[in-house]
Amino acid sequence: MSEPAQTLDAEPQIGDVDVAVPDPKISARKVDVFYGNKQALFGVDLDIGSRMVTSLIGPSGCGKSTFLRCMNRMNDVIDGCRVTGDLYLDGEDIYGKSVDVVQLRALVGMVFQKPNPFPKSIYDNVAYGPRIHGLAATPGEFDEIVERSLTRAGLWNEVKDRLAEPGTGLSGGQQQRLCIARAIAVSPEVILMDEPCSALDPIATARIEELIDELRKNFTIVIVTHSMQQAARVSQRTAFFHLGNLVEVGDTEQIFTNPQEQRTQDYITGRFG
Amino acid sequence: MSSEQREHIVSSFDADLSRLDNMIAEMGGLAESQLARSIEALRRRDVEAAEKIVPADKRIDNLEDEIYEFTVKLIALRQPMADDLRIVISAIKISGVLERIGDYAKNISKRTIVLKKSPNMSGALNTVSRMGSLVQSMIKNTLDAYIARDADKAKDVRDRDREVDLLHTSLFRELLTYMMEDPRFITPCTHLLFVAKNIERIGDHATGIAEQVHFMVHGEMPHDDRPKGDSSSTTTVTPEEVENGNGAAAP
Repeated sequence: MSEPAQTLDAEPQIGDVDVAVPDPKISARKVDVFYGNKQALFGVDLDIGSRMVTSLIGPSGCGKSTFLRCMNRMNDVIDGCRVTGDLYLDGEDIYGKSVDVVQLRALVGMVFQKPNPFPKSIYDNVAYGPRIHGLAATPGEFDEIVERSLTRAGLWNEVKDRLAEPGTGLSGGQQQRLCIARAIAVSPEVILMDEPCSALDPIATARIEELIDELRKNFTIVIVTHSMQQAARVSQRTAFFHLGNLVEVGDTEQIFTNPQEQRTQDYITGRFG
Repeated sequence: MSSEQREHIVSSFDADLSRLDNMIAEMGGLAESQLARSIEALRRRDVEAAEKIVPADKRIDNLEDEIYEFTVKLIALRQPMADDLRIVISAIKISGVLERIGDYAKNISKRTIVLKKSPNMSGALNTVSRMGSLVQSMIKNTLDAYIARDADKAKDVRDRDREVDLLHTSLFRELLTYMMEDPRFITPCTHLLFVAKNIERIGDHATGIAEQVHFMVHGEMPHDDRPKGDSSSTTTVTPEEVENGNGAAAP
């Protein structure tokens, strides 16, 4: 389970499409997930490309969030959840025995559906991660991380004069950007987003989408979304899941203009029964 | 992708798409009949029939506008994806092409009215008329291919455009010969040159629709170069050829 991703069995394919990307940040091979006796994912082979946005789409219960949570072992906390197969982050086994899960989640951060700032000040929300990971020593260093993270999250100008106010007092869209600032404060390499805009209005959604586009210069992003338009707007690659299987993956443009699989076509055109 | 298409969950979307098909079918049917009637009027030198064709083009123009507005509405309200998107985009392009076909048919009728005042060029008219029916069947088949989402049938249309091109080239040569033989033929032959060119262009447009059908079905334009046979742009006829009888028979 510790060999590098590059030496995995050759070029898994779905239909005519190669699931491998030239420079994968995360590689999944033959990933099965079980919740107790119920199998939620069936042999998923998927590469997540570096510094690009990959969107995972599919109907509810298709396994896309389950797959997302495999990538930073959020499934570990669910009773009876079992993951088999191989998942590699930069060639390192994510499920390896020597992996420190806390460290892994610093490298692979997560943003959830509902904004969930800590009941603390805006400042402390962002400084929390760097503090527990010991990323800064002096108050000046903390200030710097907080400002840089909030700036990257596109929130700095809106909150710089009220950093001591509670994060829960912000609007929904601001809270979500605060959560993104909190995620990037620990300098992750990958950010997982589980329907980050589903609780937001269209303006706040547009801001997050703009932010995602900005963030992909520095981070690898995987986003689960129910909005096909959002997947089309923000991602470069799209993977379609159905009933626990990865049905099709490809360039976003191709998936939405000329999908190769009938099930993908039926889903994105609104024909699914 | 199978041609058996499932219905959309939102059934009014299916109703919209089938309305779009109907509009294209109506417009195509009109364009096809305008062409048929204009060729018939030309062949019979029937000015009265030709005069009726000119105002009928208005309905085709209006349909193009209706289709344009309807597709914009569809895109805004339904946000079509994948094959649905290709259908909507193709409808916009095809309606533009059909409108042009209508214009060419109208132009043929206008020339018919003028040609009545000149000597009858019955020999050339037969060739023009043959070209006309060929192109008319291309329009019909390409529209059938559109409605049936049948890329193979569309390909047949594309392949037949070469016949039209060859007829056009030979007609071009024939008309040049007549003009060199007798200056009184210059006026009717010039008009017939334009008529022939119009029909040849309609053939190209039918081919364009066929390519659009290929795009609708397969998600990409056909890659191969389509067969072409029109060399009228480089055709010459010299006086010597006319004297030696290498031009064409008398009109």
